[in-house]
Amino acid sequence: MEAGEAKSKKPRGPRLCCICNQRRPVLKRPKTLQQICRECFYEVFEEEIHQVIVKNRLFKSGERVAIGASGGKDSTVLAYVLSELNRRHNYGLDLFLLSIDEGITGYRDDSLETVKRNEVQYGLPLQIVSYKDLYGWTMDEIVKMIGLKNNCTFCGVFRRQALDRGAALLKVDKLVTGHNADDIAETVLLNILRGDIARLSRCTSITTGEDGPIPRCKPFKYTYEKEIVMYAYFKKLDYFSTECIYSPNAYRGFAREFIKDLERLRPRAILDIIKSGEDFRIATTTKMPEQGTCERCGYISSQKWCKACVLLEGLNRGLPKMGIGRPRGNLNGDHKKVTKAGATAKSIESKQCGSLDF
Amino acid sequence: MQLTLEFGGGLELLCDSEKIHKVNVDLPNGADDFTMKHLLSWVRTNLIKERPEMFMKGDTVRPGVLVLVNDCDWELSGQLDTTIEEKDVIVFISTLHGG
Ligand SMILES: [Zn+2]
Ligand SMILES: [Zn+2]
Ligand SMILES: [Zn+2]
Repeated sequence: MEAGEAKSKKPRGPRLCCICNQRRPVLKRPKTLQQICRECFYEVFEEEIHQVIVKNRLFKSGERVAIGASGGKDSTVLAYVLSELNRRHNYGLDLFLLSIDEGITGYRDDSLETVKRNEVQYGLPLQIVSYKDLYGWTMDEIVKMIGLKNNCTFCGVFRRQALDRGAALLKVDKLVTGHNADDIAETVLLNILRGDIARLSRCTSITTGEDGPIPRCKPFKYTYEKEIVMYAYFKKLDYFSTECIYSPNAYRGFAREFIKDLERLRPRAILDIIKSGEDFRIATTTKMPEQGTCERCGYISSQKWCKACVLLEGLNRGLPKMGIGRPRGNLNGDHKKVTKAGATAKSIESKQCGSLDF
Repeated sequence: MQLTLEFGGGLELLCDSEKIHKVNVDLPNGADDFTMKHLLSWVRTNLIKERPEMFMKGDTVRPGVLVLVNDCDWELSGQLDTTIEEKDVIVFISTLHGG
Protein backbone atom coordinates (compact mmCIF):
# COMPACT_ATOMS: atom_id res chain seq x y z
CA MET A 1 0.00 0.00 0.00
CA GLU A 2 2.84 2.42 0.65
CA ALA A 3 5.59 3.41 -1.67
CA GLY A 4 9.32 2.81 -1.62
CA GLU A 5 10.81 4.14 1.59
CA ALA A 6 8.02 2.96 3.84
CA LYS A 7 9.71 -0.27 4.73
CA SER A 8 9.40 0.56 8.37
CA LYS A 9 6.25 2.28 9.50
CA LYS A 10 5.95 6.00 9.23
CA PRO A 11 6.80 7.47 12.61
CA ARG A 12 3.87 9.02 14.39
CA GLY A 13 5.78 10.43 17.30
CA PRO A 14 8.41 13.11 17.59
CA ARG A 15 11.37 12.99 15.22
CA LEU A 16 14.53 12.29 17.18
CA CYS A 17 15.81 10.89 20.45
CA CYS A 18 16.65 13.70 22.84
CA ILE A 19 19.85 11.99 24.00
CA CYS A 20 21.60 10.98 20.77
CA ASN A 21 19.67 13.18 18.39
CA GLN A 22 20.04 10.48 15.77
CA ARG A 23 17.43 7.81 16.13
CA ARG A 24 13.69 7.74 16.47
CA PRO A 25 12.47 7.67 20.10
CA VAL A 26 10.51 4.63 21.23
CA LEU A 27 9.83 5.46 24.84
CA LYS A 28 8.90 8.30 27.14
CA ARG A 29 10.78 7.92 30.40
CA PRO A 30 8.46 8.31 33.37
CA LYS A 31 11.27 9.58 35.56
CA THR A 32 12.43 12.42 33.31
CA LEU A 33 9.76 12.60 30.58
CA GLN A 34 12.61 12.37 28.06
CA GLN A 35 11.79 10.81 24.72
CA ILE A 36 14.53 8.37 23.89
CA CYS A 37 15.49 5.70 21.39
CA ARG A 38 15.93 2.03 22.13
CA GLU A 39 19.74 2.10 22.26
CA CYS A 40 19.85 5.13 24.55
CA PHE A 41 17.16 3.53 26.71
CA TYR A 42 19.25 0.40 27.27
CA GLU A 43 22.21 2.56 28.13
CA VAL A 44 20.53 4.88 30.65
CA PHE A 45 18.54 2.04 32.19
CA GLU A 46 21.62 -0.09 32.84
CA GLU A 47 23.85 2.82 33.78
CA GLU A 48 21.41 4.15 36.39
CA ILE A 49 21.29 0.74 38.06
CA HIS A 50 25.09 0.59 37.97
CA GLN A 51 25.25 4.00 39.63
CA VAL A 52 22.84 2.91 42.35
CA ILE A 53 24.99 -0.16 42.99
CA VAL A 54 28.19 1.88 43.14
CA LYS A 55 26.88 4.81 45.18
CA ASN A 56 25.27 2.58 47.77
CA ARG A 57 28.23 0.16 47.81
CA LEU A 58 25.85 -2.76 47.44
CA PHE A 59 28.56 -5.30 46.67
CA LYS A 60 32.21 -6.05 47.35
CA SER A 61 34.44 -7.86 44.93
CA GLY A 62 34.53 -11.60 45.53
CA GLU A 63 31.08 -11.79 47.10
CA ARG A 64 28.60 -14.55 46.39
CA VAL A 65 25.21 -13.06 45.61
CA ALA A 66 21.87 -14.83 45.21
CA ILE A 67 19.17 -13.29 43.03
CA GLY A 68 15.70 -14.07 44.35
CA ALA A 69 14.17 -15.39 41.15
CA SER A 70 10.46 -15.89 40.68
CA GLY A 71 10.40 -16.09 36.91
CA GLY A 72 8.45 -12.81 36.90
CA LYS A 73 9.44 -9.63 35.10
CA ASP A 74 11.37 -7.90 37.89
CA SER A 75 13.62 -10.74 38.92
CA THR A 76 14.14 -11.83 35.33
CA VAL A 77 15.30 -8.36 34.31
CA LEU A 78 17.38 -8.15 37.48
CA ALA A 79 19.15 -11.43 36.71
CA TYR A 80 19.83 -10.30 33.16
CA VAL A 81 21.04 -6.79 34.01
CA LEU A 82 23.09 -7.85 37.01
CA SER A 83 24.99 -10.49 35.07
CA GLU A 84 25.60 -7.91 32.30
CA LEU A 85 26.89 -5.31 34.76
CA ASN A 86 28.96 -7.87 36.63
CA ARG A 87 30.78 -8.66 33.38
CA ARG A 88 30.96 -5.12 32.05
CA HIS A 89 32.19 -3.43 35.22
CA ASN A 90 34.10 -6.35 36.73
CA TYR A 91 32.16 -6.44 39.97
CA GLY A 92 33.81 -9.77 40.67
CA LEU A 93 30.58 -11.35 41.92
CA ASP A 94 29.55 -14.98 41.87
CA LEU A 95 25.87 -14.81 40.97
CA PHE A 96 23.23 -17.46 41.66
CA LEU A 97 19.51 -17.80 41.09
CA LEU A 98 17.47 -18.73 44.14
CA SER A 99 13.86 -19.79 43.76
CA ILE A 100 11.21 -20.86 46.20
CA ASP A 101 8.80 -23.60 45.28
CA GLU A 102 5.74 -22.98 47.42
CA GLY A 103 3.95 -25.89 45.83
CA ILE A 104 1.21 -24.04 43.95
CA THR A 105 0.05 -26.18 41.06
CA GLY A 106 -0.48 -24.33 37.81
CA TYR A 107 1.33 -21.27 39.08
CA ARG A 108 4.66 -21.89 40.69
CA ASP A 109 5.41 -25.01 38.72
CA ASP A 110 4.99 -23.00 35.50
CA SER A 111 7.02 -20.05 36.70
CA LEU A 112 9.80 -22.38 37.85
CA GLU A 113 10.04 -23.61 34.28
CA THR A 114 10.80 -20.01 33.33
CA VAL A 115 13.52 -19.79 35.97
CA LYS A 116 15.03 -23.04 34.69
CA ARG A 117 15.23 -21.52 31.23
CA ASN A 118 16.82 -18.39 32.73
CA GLU A 119 19.42 -20.63 34.37
CA VAL A 120 20.51 -21.76 30.93
CA GLN A 121 20.04 -18.43 29.15
CA TYR A 122 22.10 -16.41 31.65
CA GLY A 123 24.43 -19.20 32.74
CA LEU A 124 23.63 -18.73 36.42
CA PRO A 125 23.45 -21.75 38.77
CA LEU A 126 19.96 -22.26 40.19
CA GLN A 127 18.97 -23.40 43.67
CA ILE A 128 15.33 -24.25 44.37
CA VAL A 129 14.07 -24.71 47.93
CA SER A 130 10.58 -25.99 48.48
CA TYR A 131 8.03 -25.50 51.25
CA LYS A 132 7.43 -29.23 51.10
CA ASP A 133 11.06 -30.02 51.92
CA LEU A 134 11.44 -27.30 54.53
CA TYR A 135 8.09 -27.50 56.26
CA GLY A 136 6.47 -30.70 55.07
CA TRP A 137 3.57 -28.76 53.56
CA THR A 138 2.91 -27.33 50.10
CA MET A 139 0.83 -24.16 49.75
CA ASP A 140 -1.83 -26.25 48.00
CA GLU A 141 -2.05 -28.48 51.08
CA ILE A 142 -2.08 -25.49 53.42
CA VAL A 143 -4.88 -23.84 51.48
CA LYS A 144 -6.84 -27.08 51.49
CA MET A 145 -6.64 -27.01 55.26
CA ILE A 146 -7.06 -23.33 56.10
CA GLY A 147 -8.99 -21.96 53.13
CA LEU A 148 -8.20 -18.74 51.35
CA LYS A 149 -8.48 -16.37 54.25
CA ASN A 150 -5.06 -16.29 55.88
CA ASN A 151 -2.97 -18.13 53.35
CA CYS A 152 -0.84 -15.08 52.60
CA THR A 153 0.33 -15.00 56.21
CA PHE A 154 1.70 -18.50 55.78
CA CYS A 155 3.12 -17.77 52.39
CA GLY A 156 4.85 -14.59 53.54
CA VAL A 157 6.35 -16.02 56.73
CA PHE A 158 7.44 -19.25 55.09
CA ARG A 159 8.93 -17.52 52.08
CA ARG A 160 11.04 -15.10 54.09
CA GLN A 161 12.57 -17.98 55.99
CA ALA A 162 12.85 -20.21 52.94
CA LEU A 163 14.89 -17.52 51.20
CA ASP A 164 17.28 -17.29 54.10
CA ARG A 165 17.63 -21.07 54.17
CA GLY A 166 18.23 -21.18 50.42
CA ALA A 167 20.79 -18.41 50.74
CA ALA A 168 22.53 -20.39 53.48
CA LEU A 169 22.62 -23.48 51.26
CA LEU A 170 24.27 -21.42 48.55
CA LYS A 171 26.63 -19.86 51.12
CA VAL A 172 25.97 -16.43 49.69
CA ASP A 173 26.90 -13.14 51.31
CA LYS A 174 23.88 -11.27 50.01
CA LEU A 175 20.46 -11.70 48.54
CA VAL A 176 19.14 -9.28 45.94
CA THR A 177 15.48 -8.93 45.09
CA GLY A 178 13.62 -7.32 42.22
CA HIS A 179 11.57 -4.82 44.25
CA ASN A 180 11.16 -1.79 42.03
CA ALA A 181 10.32 1.87 42.71
CA ASP A 182 6.60 1.25 42.31
CA ASP A 183 6.74 -1.57 44.87
CA ILE A 184 8.58 0.58 47.38
CA ALA A 185 6.21 3.50 46.93
CA GLU A 186 3.35 1.08 47.50
CA THR A 187 4.96 -0.21 50.70
CA VAL A 188 5.50 3.32 51.99
CA LEU A 189 1.84 4.04 51.38
CA LEU A 190 0.69 0.83 53.06
CA ASN A 191 2.83 1.55 56.10
CA ILE A 192 1.22 4.98 56.37
CA LEU A 193 -2.23 3.45 55.98
CA ARG A 194 -1.43 1.01 58.78
CA GLY A 195 0.01 3.70 61.02
CA ASP A 196 3.29 1.85 61.07
CA ILE A 197 5.59 4.83 61.16
CA ALA A 198 8.43 2.82 62.67
CA ARG A 199 8.70 0.82 59.48
CA LEU A 200 8.24 3.75 57.20
CA SER A 201 11.80 4.82 56.72
CA ARG A 202 13.14 1.31 57.10
CA CYS A 203 11.02 -0.02 54.24
CA THR A 204 12.76 2.40 51.90
CA SER A 205 16.27 1.21 52.82
CA ILE A 206 18.11 -0.18 49.87
CA THR A 207 19.79 -2.76 52.10
CA THR A 208 17.94 -4.46 54.95
CA GLY A 209 18.50 -7.35 57.29
CA GLU A 210 22.10 -6.54 58.07
CA ASP A 211 21.37 -7.75 61.58
CA GLY A 212 19.83 -10.97 60.26
CA PRO A 213 21.46 -14.00 58.67
CA ILE A 214 21.71 -12.54 55.17
CA PRO A 215 21.50 -8.90 54.10
CA ARG A 216 19.04 -8.21 51.31
CA CYS A 217 19.24 -5.43 48.82
CA LYS A 218 17.14 -3.88 46.11
CA PRO A 219 19.13 -2.60 43.14
CA PHE A 220 15.84 -1.57 41.43
CA LYS A 221 14.86 0.76 44.25
CA TYR A 222 14.73 3.72 41.86
CA THR A 223 13.76 1.80 38.74
CA TYR A 224 10.25 2.31 37.42
CA GLU A 225 8.11 -0.69 36.70
CA LYS A 226 7.23 0.74 33.31
CA GLU A 227 10.88 0.76 32.29
CA ILE A 228 11.47 -2.75 33.60
CA VAL A 229 8.60 -4.07 31.51
CA MET A 230 9.67 -2.04 28.45
CA TYR A 231 13.22 -3.32 28.83
CA ALA A 232 12.01 -6.91 29.05
CA TYR A 233 9.79 -6.35 26.03
CA PHE A 234 12.45 -4.79 23.79
CA LYS A 235 15.09 -7.32 24.86
CA LYS A 236 12.56 -10.14 24.45
CA LEU A 237 13.41 -11.52 27.87
CA ASP A 238 11.60 -14.67 28.85
CA TYR A 239 9.39 -14.06 31.89
CA PHE A 240 6.26 -15.45 33.43
CA SER A 241 3.22 -13.33 34.16
CA THR A 242 0.25 -14.94 35.78
CA GLU A 243 -1.24 -13.92 39.06
CA CYS A 244 -0.87 -16.16 42.04
CA ILE A 245 -4.12 -18.06 42.35
CA TYR A 246 -4.02 -17.54 46.10
CA SER A 247 -3.53 -13.80 46.31
CA PRO A 248 -6.72 -11.98 47.14
CA ASN A 249 -5.18 -8.96 48.88
CA ALA A 250 -7.67 -6.28 47.91
CA TYR A 251 -6.24 -3.63 50.20
CA ARG A 252 -2.82 -3.85 48.60
CA GLY A 253 -4.37 -3.95 45.15
CA PHE A 254 -6.13 -0.71 45.91
CA ALA A 255 -2.91 0.97 47.04
CA ARG A 256 -1.24 -0.21 43.85
CA GLU A 257 -3.99 1.19 41.69
CA PHE A 258 -3.81 4.50 43.51
CA ILE A 259 -0.07 4.71 42.80
CA LYS A 260 -0.62 3.92 39.14
CA ASP A 261 -3.30 6.61 38.93
CA LEU A 262 -0.92 9.14 40.49
CA GLU A 263 1.84 8.07 38.12
CA ARG A 264 -0.37 8.78 35.14
CA LEU A 265 -0.99 12.33 36.34
CA ARG A 266 2.53 12.98 37.53
CA PRO A 267 5.10 10.24 36.99
CA ARG A 268 7.50 11.71 39.53
CA ALA A 269 4.99 10.91 42.26
CA ILE A 270 6.57 7.47 42.68
CA LEU A 271 10.04 8.86 43.44
CA ASP A 272 8.50 11.53 45.66
CA ILE A 273 6.65 8.95 47.76
CA ILE A 274 9.91 7.04 48.23
CA LYS A 275 11.61 10.29 49.22
CA SER A 276 8.88 10.98 51.77
CA GLY A 277 9.45 7.55 53.28
CA GLU A 278 13.20 8.12 53.41
CA ASP A 279 12.84 11.50 55.07
CA PHE A 280 10.44 10.30 57.74
CA ARG A 281 12.74 10.10 60.68
CA ILE A 282 10.69 10.74 63.73
CA ALA A 283 11.56 10.01 67.28
CA THR A 284 9.68 6.84 67.89
CA THR A 285 8.91 5.18 71.16
CA THR A 286 8.15 1.90 69.44
CA LYS A 287 10.73 -0.56 70.65
CA MET A 288 12.07 -3.03 68.20
CA PRO A 289 12.08 -6.56 69.58
CA GLU A 290 15.30 -8.04 70.86
CA GLN A 291 16.65 -10.63 68.48
CA GLY A 292 17.27 -14.12 69.71
CA THR A 293 16.97 -17.49 68.06
CA CYS A 294 14.06 -19.86 67.77
CA GLU A 295 14.32 -22.68 70.30
CA ARG A 296 12.95 -25.11 67.82
CA CYS A 297 14.67 -24.41 64.52
CA GLY A 298 17.40 -21.91 65.32
CA TYR A 299 16.14 -19.21 62.99
CA ILE A 300 16.34 -15.61 64.23
CA SER A 301 13.37 -14.77 66.36
CA SER A 302 12.42 -12.23 68.99
CA GLN A 303 10.32 -14.85 70.70
CA LYS A 304 10.70 -18.39 71.95
CA TRP A 305 9.55 -19.85 68.69
CA CYS A 306 9.85 -18.16 65.35
CA LYS A 307 6.73 -17.27 63.43
CA ALA A 308 7.16 -20.12 60.96
CA CYS A 309 7.42 -22.68 63.76
CA VAL A 310 4.29 -21.31 65.41
CA LEU A 311 2.35 -21.50 62.16
CA LEU A 312 3.72 -24.94 61.45
CA GLU A 313 2.79 -26.21 64.87
CA GLY A 314 -0.75 -25.00 64.26
CA LEU A 315 -0.90 -26.80 60.94
CA ASN A 316 0.50 -30.01 62.33
CA ARG A 317 -1.87 -29.96 65.29
CA GLY A 318 -4.84 -29.17 63.09
CA LEU A 319 -5.21 -25.69 64.63
CA PRO A 320 -4.31 -23.55 61.66
CA LYS A 321 -5.47 -20.29 63.24
CA MET A 322 -2.62 -20.53 65.71
CA GLY A 323 -0.12 -17.75 65.19
CA ILE A 324 -2.32 -15.67 62.96
CA GLY A 325 -2.96 -12.16 64.13
CA ARG A 326 -1.99 -11.26 67.67
CA PRO A 327 -0.61 -13.95 69.95
CA ARG A 328 -3.18 -15.14 72.43
CA GLY A 329 -0.89 -16.41 75.10
CA ASN A 330 -0.23 -19.81 73.58
CA LEU A 331 3.25 -21.07 72.90
CA ASN A 332 4.98 -17.74 73.14
CA GLY A 333 2.86 -16.19 75.84
CA ASP A 334 5.18 -17.10 78.66
CA HIS A 335 8.15 -15.56 76.98
CA LYS A 336 9.56 -12.58 78.80
CA LYS A 337 10.96 -10.62 75.91
CA VAL A 338 7.71 -10.09 74.08
CA THR A 339 7.52 -6.39 73.55
CA LYS A 340 4.51 -4.68 72.16
CA ALA A 341 6.19 -4.02 68.87
CA GLY A 342 7.53 -7.52 68.63
CA ALA A 343 4.21 -9.13 69.27
CA THR A 344 2.26 -7.26 66.66
CA ALA A 345 4.83 -6.35 64.08
CA LYS A 346 4.11 -7.95 60.76
CA SER A 347 6.35 -6.66 58.10
CA ILE A 348 4.72 -5.62 54.92
CA GLU A 349 6.50 -7.24 52.09
CA SER A 350 5.89 -5.58 48.82
CA LYS A 351 4.20 -7.76 46.25
CA GLN A 352 1.34 -10.02 46.89
CA CYS A 353 1.87 -13.38 48.34
CA GLY A 354 2.72 -15.81 45.62
CA SER A 355 3.80 -13.16 43.18
CA LEU A 356 7.14 -13.77 44.76
CA ASP A 357 9.44 -10.99 44.25
CA PHE A 358 9.79 -11.57 47.91
CA MET B 1 -8.22 -2.53 7.87
CA GLN B 2 -6.01 -5.38 8.99
CA LEU B 3 -4.17 -5.08 12.32
CA THR B 4 -2.08 -7.29 14.56
CA LEU B 5 -2.87 -7.03 18.25
CA GLU B 6 -0.65 -8.55 20.87
CA PHE B 7 -1.49 -9.05 24.55
CA GLY B 8 1.14 -9.72 27.18
CA GLY B 9 2.00 -9.58 30.86
CA GLY B 10 -1.11 -11.56 31.74
CA LEU B 11 -3.61 -9.62 29.60
CA GLU B 12 -3.78 -12.57 27.22
CA LEU B 13 -5.73 -14.37 29.93
CA LEU B 14 -8.59 -11.95 29.32
CA CYS B 15 -8.84 -12.95 25.68
CA ASP B 16 -8.90 -16.74 25.49
CA SER B 17 -5.22 -16.99 26.52
CA GLU B 18 -4.33 -16.08 22.95
CA LYS B 19 -1.40 -13.65 22.76
CA ILE B 20 -1.61 -12.63 19.12
CA HIS B 21 -4.79 -11.67 17.33
CA LYS B 22 -4.92 -10.80 13.63
CA VAL B 23 -8.04 -8.73 13.26
CA ASN B 24 -10.03 -6.72 10.73
CA VAL B 25 -11.57 -3.48 11.89
CA ASP B 26 -13.73 -0.96 10.06
CA LEU B 27 -13.67 2.80 10.31
CA PRO B 28 -16.67 3.83 12.41
CA ASN B 29 -19.38 5.83 10.60
CA GLY B 30 -18.57 9.49 10.36
CA ALA B 31 -14.94 9.14 11.51
CA ASP B 32 -12.09 10.41 9.34
CA ASP B 33 -9.36 8.40 10.99
CA PHE B 34 -9.24 5.21 12.95
CA THR B 35 -7.68 6.10 16.31
CA MET B 36 -6.58 4.21 19.40
CA LYS B 37 -9.80 5.37 21.00
CA HIS B 38 -11.77 3.47 18.39
CA LEU B 39 -9.48 0.49 18.70
CA LEU B 40 -9.84 0.24 22.48
CA SER B 41 -13.60 0.20 22.31
CA TRP B 42 -13.42 -2.37 19.51
CA VAL B 43 -11.08 -4.57 21.57
CA ARG B 44 -13.26 -4.33 24.60
CA THR B 45 -16.34 -5.38 22.65
CA ASN B 46 -14.79 -8.04 20.47
CA LEU B 47 -11.76 -9.55 22.19
CA ILE B 48 -11.97 -9.16 25.95
CA LYS B 49 -13.91 -12.12 27.28
CA GLU B 50 -13.60 -11.56 31.01
CA ARG B 51 -12.72 -8.98 33.67
CA PRO B 52 -12.64 -5.97 31.32
CA GLU B 53 -11.70 -3.80 34.32
CA MET B 54 -8.24 -5.42 34.20
CA PHE B 55 -7.79 -3.89 30.77
CA MET B 56 -9.68 -0.61 30.77
CA LYS B 57 -10.59 2.15 33.16
CA GLY B 58 -12.97 4.76 31.80
CA ASP B 59 -12.36 5.17 28.10
CA THR B 60 -8.66 4.35 28.20
CA VAL B 61 -6.42 1.50 29.33
CA ARG B 62 -6.10 0.87 33.01
CA PRO B 63 -3.07 2.62 34.53
CA GLY B 64 -0.24 0.11 34.51
CA VAL B 65 -1.09 -1.22 31.06
CA LEU B 66 1.58 -0.24 28.54
CA VAL B 67 0.67 0.34 24.91
CA LEU B 68 3.06 0.23 21.96
CA VAL B 69 2.13 1.11 18.39
CA ASN B 70 4.65 -0.42 15.99
CA ASP B 71 7.03 -0.90 18.91
CA CYS B 72 6.78 2.71 19.98
CA ASP B 73 5.37 3.85 23.34
CA TRP B 74 1.95 5.37 22.64
CA GLU B 75 2.79 8.20 25.02
CA LEU B 76 4.92 9.52 22.17
CA SER B 77 2.18 9.40 19.57
CA GLY B 78 -0.74 10.97 21.37
CA GLN B 79 -2.18 7.99 23.27
CA LEU B 80 -5.92 7.80 22.52
CA ASP B 81 -5.51 10.18 19.56
CA THR B 82 -2.87 8.02 17.88
CA THR B 83 -4.00 7.29 14.32
CA ILE B 84 -3.97 3.63 13.40
CA GLU B 85 -3.18 2.51 9.88
CA GLU B 86 -3.33 -0.64 7.81
CA LYS B 87 -0.99 -3.41 9.04
CA ASP B 88 -0.10 -1.63 12.28
CA VAL B 89 1.01 -3.78 15.19
CA ILE B 90 -0.40 -2.76 18.56
CA VAL B 91 0.93 -4.32 21.75
CA PHE B 92 -0.72 -4.19 25.16
CA ILE B 93 1.31 -5.31 28.19
CA SER B 94 0.15 -5.34 31.76
CA THR B 95 2.78 -4.41 34.34
CA LEU B 96 0.50 -5.47 37.15
CA HIS B 97 0.90 -9.22 37.21
CA GLY B 98 3.48 -11.03 39.21
CA GLY B 99 7.01 -10.03 39.94
ZN1 LIG C 1 19.13 7.88 21.33
ZN1 LIG D 1 11.60 -21.74 64.31
ZN1 LIG E 1 -0.19 -16.66 48.58
